[in-house]
Amino acid sequence: MSDVRQSASPASSSPSSDRVAPRRTGGFDLGHILLEGRAFFALIAIIVIFAMLSPVYFSTANFLTMSSHVAIFGLLSIGMLLVILTGGIDLSVGSTMGLAGVMAGFLMQGVSVDAFGVTLYPPVWAVVVLTCVLGAFVGMINGVLVSIFRVPAFVATLGTLYVARGAALLMTDGLTYNNLSGNPELGNTGFDWLGFNRLFNVPVGVLIFAAVAIVCMFALNRTPFGRWVYATGGNARAAELSGVPVKRVQIWVYVLSGVCAAIAGLVLSSQLTSAGPTAGTTYELTAIAGVVIGGAALTGGRGNVRGTLLGAFVIGFLSDGLVIIGVSSYWQTVFMGAVIVLAVLLNSIQYKPRKKRTASTENQKASSPSGPA
Amino acid sequence: MSSANSVMDRSTISGSKTGDVVLSARNVAKSFGSVHALKSVNFDIRRGQVTTLFGENGAGKSTLMKILSGVMQPSAGEIVLDGESVRFSSTVDAQRHGISIIHQELSLAPNMNVRDNIFMGRELGGPGGVDYAGEARETERLMAELDEPIDPMTLVEDLRLGQQQIVEIARALSVNSRILIMDEPTSALSASEVEVLFRVIEDLKSRGVSIVYISHHLEEALTITDHAVVLRDGAMTAWAERREIDLEWIVRHMVGENFDLGSPPTGYEMGEVALSFDNISVADVAVPERSVVDRLSLAVRAGEIVCIYGLMGAGRTELLECAAGRVPASDGRIMLEGEDISGLSIAERIERGLVLVPEDRQRDGLVQTMAVGENLSLASIGAFTRGFLTSRAREQNVIEDSIRNVHIKTDGGAAGIGSLSGGNQQKVVIGKMLATRPRVVILDEPSRGIDIGAKAEVFRLLAEGASKGLAVIYSTSEVGECLSVAHRIVVMSRGRISAEFGADVSREEIMAASGESVAG
Repeated sequence: MSDVRQSASPASSSPSSDRVAPRRTGGFDLGHILLEGRAFFALIAIIVIFAMLSPVYFSTANFLTMSSHVAIFGLLSIGMLLVILTGGIDLSVGSTMGLAGVMAGFLMQGVSVDAFGVTLYPPVWAVVVLTCVLGAFVGMINGVLVSIFRVPAFVATLGTLYVARGAALLMTDGLTYNNLSGNPELGNTGFDWLGFNRLFNVPVGVLIFAAVAIVCMFALNRTPFGRWVYATGGNARAAELSGVPVKRVQIWVYVLSGVCAAIAGLVLSSQLTSAGPTAGTTYELTAIAGVVIGGAALTGGRGNVRGTLLGAFVIGFLSDGLVIIGVSSYWQTVFMGAVIVLAVLLNSIQYKPRKKRTASTENQKASSPSGPA
Repeated sequence: MSSANSVMDRSTISGSKTGDVVLSARNVAKSFGSVHALKSVNFDIRRGQVTTLFGENGAGKSTLMKILSGVMQPSAGEIVLDGESVRFSSTVDAQRHGISIIHQELSLAPNMNVRDNIFMGRELGGPGGVDYAGEARETERLMAELDEPIDPMTLVEDLRLGQQQIVEIARALSVNSRILIMDEPTSALSASEVEVLFRVIEDLKSRGVSIVYISHHLEEALTITDHAVVLRDGAMTAWAERREIDLEWIVRHMVGENFDLGSPPTGYEMGEVALSFDNISVADVAVPERSVVDRLSLAVRAGEIVCIYGLMGAGRTELLECAAGRVPASDGRIMLEGEDISGLSIAERIERGLVLVPEDRQRDGLVQTMAVGENLSLASIGAFTRGFLTSRAREQNVIEDSIRNVHIKTDGGAAGIGSLSGGNQQKVVIGKMLATRPRVVILDEPSRGIDIGAKAEVFRLLAEGASKGLAVIYSTSEVGECLSVAHRIVVMSRGRISAEFGADVSREEIMAASGESVAG
């Protein structure tokens, strides 16, 4: 009868105190590199393949044209990245962009002040500033809804998507502003400079995109705000207990996303030299796709500007390439969808297994400081 | 009680009939990596009797329960059910063998009614889909059996916690459980609900159901148990029948020989009062008219270490989170160096020198997506920011200082947070808060889930900080940790201070002051 009622606890079991868990070393396998730099390799592959399929694809002129397309939703993607890093999502950017374009068009037509019987023609810089303020305002509504009233980001920004689009349609009665060039006599010319013109032979829209990207890189890598964004998305509770103003950070990322959308709206309406109320429809989805292809996690805390730029270029160069080689637009849509799903699939491979994750974040962190270079 | 004797000296229980043993663990062990959560545990569960597991946090009770209920598989040893060796691949598998577990956190869907909860996942089929009428009848029968006539159509969220517990039990019974594992079933119950539960347990026993019971309320557990098993540091230290033991016996085997966790730092003058609670009350989140902290007053001086001991639900965490600014006080004031900080945000309190190291480091302490260094510097970004930009060099200094000061074993600031052991992760959280150069440090269960060596280091850090003028408050639910570096031990019970001791108090006195909460 086994009735021994105690286990002689081995007295020699010395407490195995903190030992650093064995770390995986030598992560230089090819699969790992491919996974890490997947957006980059995808972009190279896209360029190589289309260069072989079409003689016009691989040329400076074409790259600049494609880049000016990329600039539009690339701007949206950068704003979106900030929001997604905090664990949110901003579905309203496409509509905000359309509303911003309409706002700019409206201001360019002149604002008649009935009380004084005069019509004010604000100069272009004032149009730009006012439009950005409008974008910031829309973003602030999103931010306040999400952070203070705790409305799920998806729902809050879905609502703003409709409201902003409706406002744009109301402002123009569904019509499009066609004349944005201004009048020299009124001193409001120069709107076409924003997207239509070129500086050093580079479309100004691309330069604006680059400037916003660089500012954003700096903000994320080198400012307390950037650290707060990552911390809020990584673990909002821990961030809050560490003194991070989580609510303020949440409001700010939506404001910045709104401003980015307004800038995109300005660039687009300048490129098109017209402002329509339906501009930018479904662009929010392209913007999200760019962020996701760039390796950011929709759960927040992971991602960077470099990746998002690559993601935006992958989408832009792929869709323009498909146009150039004459693939039907229906097939383009199918391709686009497949690329997005593949990207998310790879993201989950990168982030899911615990062991792999620690190894990969180390690499990411180690390389990210060199971002703004 | 006079017959109380230790069974450490290989006493044999007389009169045990092998037919009585339904389930036994034979040399069951479980390790997670290099951590041995359980080391070769042996014990029996007998038909129609209550076996209680005693042990401090981290002693291995939960791990053992998880193994018995199929949540985990043992690394070594076997489980013998009705004389046959079995291996449960899942909780469903264990349930099929008649073993059910009722977790401390109830696993009911609050948005569904009692009937649907009881039959969740194994709905009775009928000709027209689910046989709701049959399910309802069965539910009513179970409820009647348990002497708790709850309408099967009541939403679970409308039930009191005690009633929800009964529903959980009914669910376990509905799958014909012969062995019911209850993990801290009374921690959220009122005294009258505990009575009901105990009546149910007596009833279950009479029907031949075996109960495995875990509780921190030692006296309460003693009133219903038939057998006691004591675990310490993953090993079984004692086994006895109820009539042979008393409270003192349990405590002695639970706590064991004292591992030296340090002693209160001496040789300096304590300063002024750094932090004081002045009639502080904190309302219960779920029931706002109830106070989890009830008009509590406490003052801590610079250089002093105060330990707050209390059972789960005593209000420790709420008190500490209120101090840090996470939960608002419903009444009273909190003074930091003479200034009322009640209305300030967490960030403002950190700026003024008051920091909290939270209880749950995974949930509240660490940002898992960030590296060790970024976690360490998170709370003190201001210290290395000039204008808009952070300085990498200065941040590196902060990080390296922290790693050195709190002795974190890591490959450097760039290492992933997941590559650290639990103890080192805890040191990262502490280091992060210490990097803000605080004057008051509050630590909620700083030793939770870390091994004894790391514990000793954490307490040494606290002692070191106090000797430099830091005011320290830490909470614990392990009595051994009260008797380490604390100058003063405050026992909390039901939101109030039930006793206050100096460093020379005994374990028994502390436990007595806290354990009477439910029994009384």
